[in-house]
Amino acid sequence: MRHDHIINAKQLSRADIEEVLDRAAEIADDPAAFRQRHPGALLGLLFFEPSTRTKMSFSASIKRLGGDIVDMGPVEYSSVKKGESLADTIRVVEGYADALVLRHPMEGSAKMASEFVDVPLINGGDGAGQHPTQTLLDLYTIRENAGLDDLSIGIMGDLKYGRTVHSMAHALTNFDANQHFISPESLRLPRNVRYDLHEEGATIREHTELSTVLDSLDVLYVTRIQEERFPEESEYRKVAGEYRIDAATLEDARDDLTVLHPLPRVDEIDHDVDATSHAEYFQQAHNGVPVRMALLDLVLGGDSA
Amino acid sequence: MSDDQELRVSKIRSGTVIDHVNGGASMHVLSILGIKGGDGDTVSIVMNVPSDRLGKKDIVKVEDRELSQAEVDVLSLIAPAATINIIRDFEVIEKRRVARPEEVVGVLSCPNPQCITTEDEPVETRFEVLEDGVRCCYCDTIVREDVAELID
Repeated sequence: MRHDHIINAKQLSRADIEEVLDRAAEIADDPAAFRQRHPGALLGLLFFEPSTRTKMSFSASIKRLGGDIVDMGPVEYSSVKKGESLADTIRVVEGYADALVLRHPMEGSAKMASEFVDVPLINGGDGAGQHPTQTLLDLYTIRENAGLDDLSIGIMGDLKYGRTVHSMAHALTNFDANQHFISPESLRLPRNVRYDLHEEGATIREHTELSTVLDSLDVLYVTRIQEERFPEESEYRKVAGEYRIDAATLEDARDDLTVLHPLPRVDEIDHDVDATSHAEYFQQAHNGVPVRMALLDLVLGGDSA
Repeated sequence: MSDDQELRVSKIRSGTVIDHVNGGASMHVLSILGIKGGDGDTVSIVMNVPSDRLGKKDIVKVEDRELSQAEVDVLSLIAPAATINIIRDFEVIEKRRVARPEEVVGVLSCPNPQCITTEDEPVETRFEVLEDGVRCCYCDTIVREDVAELID
């Protein structure tokens, strides 16, 4: 992998993605072989907003490679509370760790932070911007279930503010994928993502109703419609029901449809879907460990397995 | 420049004449040049005069100051048809057109309130110049309309 910093899914070529996914598959096949891959390596965790999966899976990943974490801890107990800038915080923590993971509420924060450090910095989610490592584990899960070429994928929910959606849309331009975006008008893809997809010549379609496209999909990637994004709760109520799925909804889908969700879910996927053969979202979350192990292995200098 | 326009503003001894600015955009030109009026620059402005090329155009004359290439590049964002005339001893010694740069640094502010550059961080704004707008290099926000509104 040529990149020191992992900031944006746009920077990842097909070869980059396949290198990570192939390494992740090797790790998943034989985790013990990687257990002492990076003894003593320290991963700095800087999480400026809440996270369960991303933070814990990075923590588990470095430990399973033989390393450990240094954790900034909650923002309210850090120097950030005293008014320290992100640029200063990141430069200090750089001296404590071999690589850094940053989760921050502001868009572009990972890009800016990467300009201040020499150790590899991984974007663990920057506001409504990007979440490239989530995309890598999403792609890993998709590859396991449906393959990555000749793929028809529906991405449904909050496409405007959903960082996992933005990263996924960019990454899929590397593959032969028909992307169907399903959302209320008010939560359509943002202008910058459309611009990139257009520049890449991606095949995309936009829909307001899942039913118009459901039966053609290999994968349905569901994200939460975020109530807090709507100026009026009544506006949210009008649309939210249209973007919930349950086992009955999926009766119209192909038998081999894979349903994914970056989690946490609220009510956009009914619990009765969990028992169907479509549900892969918990396995998707579990895949965070081998995929992030693979990524850390590569950025920490593990060129050959 | 027609005789009629010559009469509106006299020739300057030395400095820069920026001609063919889109009608009404001259105040944005002053913003780009950092001219606020309180620092002693002698500036003449003609606004909304007829122009064959633009319909209506503005002309800005700044005395005793020759624009840097960086300033000229940024002008292109709001005045893509502008011509820059460098004047010494009442003579035009250089005439050039503006050219669109690939990036503008430290000139525009990002309109996205969630962009890290709007925080108190030691970082200059940076925008990629697109065919029909600009794009923040940090948060990716694209602005196509009213780019001049972003001038700091």
